[in-house]
Order: sequence, then structure tokens, then C-alpha cells
Amino acid sequence: MTIDMAQFHQVFFEESFEGLDAMETGLLELDPGNIDTEELNTIFRVAHSIKGGSGTFGFNQVSNYTHVMETLLDEMRDRRRSVTQPALNLLLGSVDCLREMLNALQDGNEIDEASVSTHKNLLDQELGGSGITETEVIPESNSDSPTVPVILGDDVEPGWHIAFSPHKPLLRFGNDPVRLIRELADLGELSVVVDCQSLPSFYDLDPEDCHLSWDLKIKGDISRVDIDDIFDWVEDDCDLAIRSFAEVHAGQEQSIQADPQSAEKIHEPAVTADENQENPEPEQAAQPDKTVCAQESKATKKSTAKNTGSSSIRVDTSKIDTLINMVGELIITQSMLSLLGETFEANKLDQLQSGLGQLERHTRELQESVMNIRMLPISFVFSRFPRLVHDLSSKMGKKIELKLSGETTEVDKTVIELISDPLVHLLRNSLDHGIEMPEDRIAVGKPETGTIHLNAFHRGGNIIIEVSDDGKGLDKEQLRAKALEKGLIEEHTILTDKQIYNLIFMPGFSTADQVSEVSGRGVGMDVVNKNIQGLGGSVNIESNLGIGTTMAIHLPLTLAILDGQSVVVGNEIYIVPLVSIIESISLSPDNISLVAGKGEAFKLRDEYLPIIRMHKIFQVEAPKSTELSEGMLVVVEGQGFRCGLFVDGLLGQYQVVIKSLEANYRKINGISGATILGNGSVALILDVPGLNRLSQSSEQHYA
Amino acid sequence: MASILAVDDSASMRQMVSFTLKSAGYEVIEAVDGVDALDKAKVQTVDVVVTDVNMPNKDGIALIRDLRALPAYKFKPILMLTTESGPEKKQQGKQAGATGWIVKPFNPDQLLKTIKKVLG
Repeated sequence: MTIDMAQFHQVFFEESFEGLDAMETGLLELDPGNIDTEELNTIFRVAHSIKGGSGTFGFNQVSNYTHVMETLLDEMRDRRRSVTQPALNLLLGSVDCLREMLNALQDGNEIDEASVSTHKNLLDQELGGSGITETEVIPESNSDSPTVPVILGDDVEPGWHIAFSPHKPLLRFGNDPVRLIRELADLGELSVVVDCQSLPSFYDLDPEDCHLSWDLKIKGDISRVDIDDIFDWVEDDCDLAIRSFAEVHAGQEQSIQADPQSAEKIHEPAVTADENQENPEPEQAAQPDKTVCAQESKATKKSTAKNTGSSSIRVDTSKIDTLINMVGELIITQSMLSLLGETFEANKLDQLQSGLGQLERHTRELQESVMNIRMLPISFVFSRFPRLVHDLSSKMGKKIELKLSGETTEVDKTVIELISDPLVHLLRNSLDHGIEMPEDRIAVGKPETGTIHLNAFHRGGNIIIEVSDDGKGLDKEQLRAKALEKGLIEEHTILTDKQIYNLIFMPGFSTADQVSEVSGRGVGMDVVNKNIQGLGGSVNIESNLGIGTTMAIHLPLTLAILDGQSVVVGNEIYIVPLVSIIESISLSPDNISLVAGKGEAFKLRDEYLPIIRMHKIFQVEAPKSTELSEGMLVVVEGQGFRCGLFVDGLLGQYQVVIKSLEANYRKINGISGATILGNGSVALILDVPGLNRLSQSSEQHYA
Repeated sequence: MASILAVDDSASMRQMVSFTLKSAGYEVIEAVDGVDALDKAKVQTVDVVVTDVNMPNKDGIALIRDLRALPAYKFKPILMLTTESGPEKKQQGKQAGATGWIVKPFNPDQLLKTIKKVLG
């Protein structure tokens, strides 16, 4: 039967990558001073699984490579080898190497032979240079081994005489003599003579024991190995004597001891002869392996579509069950309403309203359930950070401990995919510019080991991920000076602390005199910020000089849906994201002032904030009244800047589905998307930071 | 047609074994480790059990031992999937009551041949 193994490859790759992640975590957590055996076992099993799978699916290079890892780990878990940090680091490097190999295979590319053999040599050396010959994986041949030559007498026909005496418990192993004999019968002409001598009387008989033995004669040109194969499993559970007819014939002249030991002696040399024959071949065997592998990978290239960044999700079946329940409820409600509609009368209005209420509830629950399916714990993103911190901190000669909390916080899948790079950048920042060198830390009375804390949690419809370090903090003076130097601000500009910190988000800003390989060329932070904003979020910075810095990424829980406040401006309805709204106020003429060159402002507690007349920015029909005191002011905040939006009035708060303007029309400044209201009309969703920028640029045109 | 319980913590191996056996007409029940396997073995008595050795929660050896303790499985063929580097594993398996073994890596034909052999 030909089975196309390629159909299992993708699953193999996926599970191998998962295994490698687990292995990496385990290796990072292993403490040579205090070894957790369970952890070691888990790590071993990963190597073992990958070796087995890769062998089965024909990825021989992977199999051979993993075999060495497996051997090392096996010795470690058996305590035959000590677990040392260098050995662990070596294995960590092997994880990377394996990842590369598997990636190459998965994408249908060539494996980097040079890199693989370098790594493998390192592993072999660690193993103690036990030669390649032993570690080469040669599948145990189940057939096709050279036969032990049968010495034929002149007129003795070929065949074998088998004395088969099962021990009593043979049946309890699930082995059945009848089956074995039947198999034998397939090889040639068989004659069977049963020996019942050991059979006790019926009443003393234990039917679970085997009391019979057999004298078997099989005629034919049969190889000894084929017979050995049949009895392979029961070798230890029986007395077996196999002699060729020729031997018997010869032996009738001398008595040969027909006992299991001699049977086994004949058995073993055959086996070792095979091994010796195969061992000198590894060099040649290696070559065919490579070509086979190359062919395999080319085949995978043709047959499977490139699966990088596969958009599939693993979902907890309980989430699906909840979904099914919800749909069920919805159907019931729908039927009920349907029925009501058929024979509706005015007096049934109550029922209708209650039914519609139920409908709304169920629809909302269903919506939440569905969105919940796309949610994954943020541990998916966090998982690679321990390794990153471990590698980078050793590279920099710093001692840094990474603490993770809130890994179970769930986030939309798209967010997971897009948040990873920004987080890496923030981490690298802390590692490079935040945490000081061990000596410097001690000098200021801090513990030698710096701590970076990654914390994720939900708050008010947002997910917040904090990257905190106990490093040297941000120096406001330094930041100001740098911004001045780069012409990003002016000498007299008064900035709040927050605004100073936000300077680092400006393109081209970097206070690092030496741009390190680790954190990049000062193009990082503004890209991070842009990415986060693109997701509808923001980055907040808090810092204390000498004590530490916390950068917090705020993101909406889901990208497709937004909680919004609808506002009226003239004939238009706009949606203001609730997360941006600080408060809504009505103005009295005394809080309003005119600031020269800057337009109108209003006083909110101690601050003066600009007023944005929406109808002017968007050039829509004027509101009911242009008198500021007759409309409403919605105070909003975006990226540290605040302002007030002048609108006619407020409508309701809704959860709206965001439709992309860019996808359907084009990008518009100040607008982040659109939504369709219940009455079918379109409302535009405001982008507060964008609005701010718009208003600042159009201020020059203000009357 | 005969029923087979296939136990392996590796999804790709499980799928391969399951597919191979199903294509040959056997009924296949899959389990991911020894604990899962024991539960499923109790729910339905199968004709053959094929199990990997290295698994979390309960390894193959322990599974074999526990299966043999069940009356329904006293004489059932139970096969181990083992790699070539472990004659000790084979011994351990036998001591636990294994009928025999299939050596990894194996191809589908070898698997089918062995199953046929064991079902008689």
C-alpha cells in the first residue's frame, strides 16, 4: 500500500516547533545546581519525538542531528552525565539549529549543510567524540539481511527443524503459538507435531497457561532469519531450538545440545555480522541520505503551499461549545419572534419587546463568544522573551532577570501577531539603555541583577502591557537637550514631563551616542509608536531618574469593534472612541478665551486647551449654532495632547463595528474608519491624534 | 473488522498510524498518552493496542502493565513502538507484559504486516 506521507508533514513540523519551544523553555529554566528531573525528562522526550518523527517521515538529517541531542539528554537524565551550563548552552544552540533545519524543510529550501555539521560536531565533541558510526541512525533491518549460509549435505533437502516449547506464561503476553505456527506455514511446507506430555489433568489445568509444545518441520529454501523473525518476540518466553535439516542429519551422528543458549548463539552472530557490514558504510550512506533529503524537500516544495504565517488557530473546545449553545438560544428566540410576527396584534406588544430584548442579549453574547474565539493568551508573545533576555544580557555582560505576569491575559489574534515586534523593541531598549552594567548598579546601591517586568492586564476595554525596568530611568534634561539639538523643539517651548518623554517617539531621535547592535539606529521608537497607533492604541511612558522606567502599551481588546460616543455636527454624525474621551462639558462664555495666533481655547481646571470646531475641520454644514456656549464640548485626549471638540450635541454610546476606509476608499487624516449605523447611514469614526494634527496645521488659516 | 488502539503523544505519528490502519480497513481509536489510553481501553475493548513508549503522564511501559491488569486485556496483543537504540526498553516492555514491538522508524507496510501477524 502506498501512503502519501507528505500529508502528515505539516503536523509534524508544527508539533516539532512546539516541542522545540518547550525544550527551550526547559533548558532556560534548568538550574545546574538543582536539577529538576521531570524537566529533564520533558526535554528528552522532545528530542526523542522529533528524532522518531523525522526518521519516520524521511527527514534523515534532522533525525541524525537530533539523535546526538537525544543521547546527550538521555545520559543526563540517567545521571551518567553531569548537567553543566556550557552543555545547556550548547543544547540551546542546537534548538536554534534544529529550528533552522525544520524551517528550511517546511519551506522547501536547502538546509545549510555547513552550519548543521558545525553544530553537530560541537555536539559530538560534547558527547565525547563517540564516532559518527555509532550515532548514525540506521533503521533496524527487518528483512533483507544476508542469510547465514546453510550447509547442505548432498542429498539433504533444505528446511528446518524447530523445537518450540513455550513457557507457561507465554499466552499472557498476548502471543499465541497458533499464530506463530500459521506464520511459519506461510514460509513453506510445514508439518506440525504437538507434544502434550506436560498437559495436566483437566481439573488441574490452568487454561491461562501454555502447557503444550511443538515439533515443527518446515521444508523449503527458507532463510534462518525469516524464522528468527517469527519467534523474535517470544525468544525469552520459550525454549527454541532451530536446526537445519542438514545439521540434524549431521548431528544425528554427534549429539548437539538442543538448548536455547546454542539457538541464541547462532542467532547473535547473524545480528552482529549485519551490523558490521552496515557500519563501514556510513560515508556512502550519508550521501544517499542527502540526496534523498534534497528530493524530499523539493517534493514538499511542489506539493505543499508555503505555509509561513499560517492563519489557523487552536481553539479550546469549550469555547466552541459555548458558541453552539449561544446559537441554539438565538434560534429559539428567532422562532419565538417569528411565531409572534405571524399573528401579531397590538396587545402583544409587550411580548414583542421582551422578545426583542432577548434577541439583543443573545446577539451580544454570541458576538462576545465569537470574538473570544480569536483571543489567545498573550503568553504566545511572551514565550520567546526569556530566551531573548537570556541571550542579550549575556552578550552585554549585564545581569538581568525577566519577570512575566499576566501571561494568561487574552488578546485578539491579530494583536498578538502585531504586538510582538514592538514589544521586542521596548525590551531591547530596557536591556540596552535602561538597565545599567552590574558595577554601576552596585555603585548606586542597587542589586547587581536588574529586573525587567513584563505585565499584561485588561482595564476598561483595553489591554495594557507594561514593560518596567529598575534601570537608570529617563533623563529629562538629556532628552530636552537632544531634541533641541535636533531642532525638534524650540528653546522656549514649555513641555510637560509627559511631553518630554514622548519626544523619544519622534523620528530620528536617539540619545545613544553609540548606536548599539542591540537596539538599533534610533528609528525604532517612532516606528513602534506608529505601529501601536495603527492598532488603535498608544504608548505611555513613566520614568524616575535613577529608579526606573515603565513603558505601557495600551491597545483596544479587539481591532474590529470599538466603543464609541456618537456626536452630531450639523447634519453629520461622528463617532468618538470612548477611550479617547475624558469628559463632555458645556461651556460658559467665561471659560472661553482667544489665544493670539492659536485660536480659541477653553479652561479646564488649570489648563488651557484648544477648541476644535469640527465643522470647520471637516468642512461640513455649520452646526445649529456657532455659539460655543450653545453646543457641547467633548474633551478628548490622544497621545498626550488634549483638546475639546465642539459639537452640536451627544447621541448615544454604542459598540460599533469598524469598517476600514482605506480598504474601501482611501486614508483620510483625522478619520480612523467608518461604521454603519442602525438606520443604514454611515458615520465616520474620529482619530483624535490625527484630528489634533489637522487642527494644528489648519490653525494658520484660522480667522 | 478488528479494532486498534493507537497511543502516541506525537500527533503526526498518531495520524500516520491511524491513517495507515484505517486505510487497511481497521477501526482505529487514538490516545495521546497512557492515561488517555487506559480510559479509552476501558470504554471499548479493542483487539490490538499499539503504543509509543516515551509519553508524558503515563509512559508506554506503565500503560502495558496497567492494561495487563485488566481482565479484558489479559491476552490481547499489545505492541510497543520503540527506537532501535533501546534493547533495555524492549526488556522493560516484556517484563511489563508486552507482546512484541515495532521498531521506529517504520514505514506503513511494516506496520500493517506486523498488525496482520498479530491478529492471526
